[in-house]
Amino acid sequence: MTSPSSTATENGPDAGGSEAAATGSAATIVGRSPGQLMWRRFRRDRTGVIAAIVVLAFILIALLAPVISWAYGKNPNDYYGLNQPGLLNEYGYPILPNGGISGDFWFGLEPLVGRDVLTQLIYGIRTSITIALIVTVLSTVIGVTLGITSGYVGGKVDYAIGRVIDTLLSFPSQLFLIVLVPVVDAALVLPTQEPPTWLRFVSICIVLTVLGWATTARLLRAQVLSLREREFIESARVTGASPARIIFKELMPNLWTPIIIQATLALPLYVGAEAGLGFLGVGMPETIPDWGRMFQVGSNVYHSDVTYLLFPGVSMLIFVIAFNLLGDSIRDAFDPKAKR
Amino acid sequence: MSETLLELQGLKKHFPVRGGAIIKHQVGNVHAVDGIDLTVGKGESVGLVGESGCGKSTTGRLAARLLEPTAGKILYEGRDISRSSRRQLKPIRSEIQMVFQDPYSSLNPRQTVGTIIRGPMEINGIEPEGGRKKRVQELLEIVGLNPEHYNRFPHEFSGGQRQRIGIARSLALNPKLIIADEPVSALDVSIQAQVVNLLQQLQRDLGIAFLFIAHDLAIVRHFSQRVAVMYLGKIVEVGDRQSIYERPRHPYTHALLSAVPEPDVSSEPRERIRLAGDVPSPINPPSGCRFRTRCWKAQEKCAQEEPPLLQLNGNREGHLTACHFPEAPTVHGDDVVLDPALV
Ligand SMILES: Nc1ncnc2c1ncn2[C@@H]1O[C@H](COP(=O)(O)OP(=O)(O)OP(=O)(O)O)[C@@H](O)[C@H]1O
Ligand code: SF4
Ligand SMILES: [Mg+2]
Repeated sequence: MTSPSSTATENGPDAGGSEAAATGSAATIVGRSPGQLMWRRFRRDRTGVIAAIVVLAFILIALLAPVISWAYGKNPNDYYGLNQPGLLNEYGYPILPNGGISGDFWFGLEPLVGRDVLTQLIYGIRTSITIALIVTVLSTVIGVTLGITSGYVGGKVDYAIGRVIDTLLSFPSQLFLIVLVPVVDAALVLPTQEPPTWLRFVSICIVLTVLGWATTARLLRAQVLSLREREFIESARVTGASPARIIFKELMPNLWTPIIIQATLALPLYVGAEAGLGFLGVGMPETIPDWGRMFQVGSNVYHSDVTYLLFPGVSMLIFVIAFNLLGDSIRDAFDPKAKR
Repeated sequence: MSETLLELQGLKKHFPVRGGAIIKHQVGNVHAVDGIDLTVGKGESVGLVGESGCGKSTTGRLAARLLEPTAGKILYEGRDISRSSRRQLKPIRSEIQMVFQDPYSSLNPRQTVGTIIRGPMEINGIEPEGGRKKRVQELLEIVGLNPEHYNRFPHEFSGGQRQRIGIARSLALNPKLIIADEPVSALDVSIQAQVVNLLQQLQRDLGIAFLFIAHDLAIVRHFSQRVAVMYLGKIVEVGDRQSIYERPRHPYTHALLSAVPEPDVSSEPRERIRLAGDVPSPINPPSGCRFRTRCWKAQEKCAQEEPPLLQLNGNREGHLTACHFPEAPTVHGDDVVLDPALV
């Protein structure tokens, strides 16, 4: 029988293994999992770390919006400009230059109604990120479930799910978003009823999810199809593993990477889509602060007051860029061999 | 021969071929395995040899019941398992195991070595004495790996070490039969012998029967007591090791043997037989004898009648050949043509 030590002579062309195997003293006997290696690579990627910090900052701002507005002493709903004389001129525009930026109103005032821009923005970010997070979670869960089912079961089920995915992905989704939101509104509440405030929120989530899961499902289906052919799946089947065990114990650990990458790339898209709805007038209704609606207002007033457009615009730009950089870094860290 | 463990009877597996420009429909069948009879005795090691694409892996997968046969029977310890469901197969699953060809795709990259080897025990609810971890370490030691490496991941091992991990996994349930599908052909030549030696040791020490699949006769020479030669979905010659290597009768066996390097350096160099043309498509195999398109002895009869697998005059018991015009029982002939493709 070969002695354990003789295995060292076997370090063949497999370069990945030889590094760890060669340094394998008693202390380092615990192997580094692909996940740990990924985390190491990610920490070394400075762009990724900065992007992650920026993204975290946005999420913190969204979470802490009430605390911030309490400390700052303003809220997003009061018409300061209308109630306090000396802030807005007779046409409804801020008297002070740069959109009325002052020690009291750090980001200035909203033209015409005189609300505080800073609190509007942080509450708007809160609304948008909440919707985007909910949609990301829902569409990921649905997409992963249907994608794995499609790829693993195959046959007629795969055919049916595949056709639905194809149809959804070939939709002009922006158009359908605008059309569907009022339709879902109407489906949820009778026209005679007073529309509750949560209605739009739910409709937007439903519509974005329905139009969003297909991308994830298609990706997961392809992943499962390629993994299913691998011999370790056959090996599990030979020992009598149930389909549930194969999916959860053998396939899932290999699917977390694409799922996380897909989700980080999808979330900023949903923020953008939600803002797009607000801009087009089918987003969150008035009195609920909304990132997207700020663009709509801003685009109406920018001839006279460009500052109001600047804050939501710049903050969204930073958010989307940071999130995309983070997504790229995560992908690189998970899969160092993949070339962009 | 000892008691029969596994018996394949007239086994067939056809894969549908789909085609058509707009509407996909079945246009034919790949006759991957087309009527095979083969037995593996308890503790016996049987080699299954043939060129790429002749249906060896399909035969192995059928025997392990990863595939359901199109026709024919698979008997395990006399029980017909050819159409058993997953539940019905449950008790047998622990007794038939498989070692795979590709050490890179046969281990789950996201599981530790310990998890991989423990898997079969978990699935079958087996709690060995001293615990599963101890058993994992025991198995690692048996296959010549450091038992402390159970916490490592497959990417930290070389190809040969990975193949040992796969072997340890196949041993976890104390199987009676291991189907090894080209277990060394993906490895460096220098490592092949080590792994084959390990398998041989296991076969002797643990009395495990093997169906050892290989694409050339050299690898199975010292490993298998009996060898079956496969061509295009059929077995063309089967017999004990000595008969196959020293008294082969089928022209195809002669061709395969001529490609095997002579183990004895002092003996005169063996002639090499050139096989004309390519392997025909298994979708539309030749009529009569399937080897006739490449056979140097082919005649009218070969195209019309399929040669039955028979014991020829002067052959030992159990040495069966499917040929109308068999070669003389010798490995030395005179049609010497060097074919670099077979080296
Ligand atoms: N799932 C499948 N669907 C369709 N055709 C298949 C399938 N599996 C195998 N085949 C075909 O069946 C034939 C035999 O394949 P098999 O893998 O059994 O050959 P093999 O002898 O193991 O070859 P190799 O030495 O390349 O592994 C080939 O023509 C192959 O293309
Ligand atoms: S039957 Fe004919 S074609 Fe086939 S191997 Fe024998 S001689 Fe060759
Ligand atoms: Mg094969």
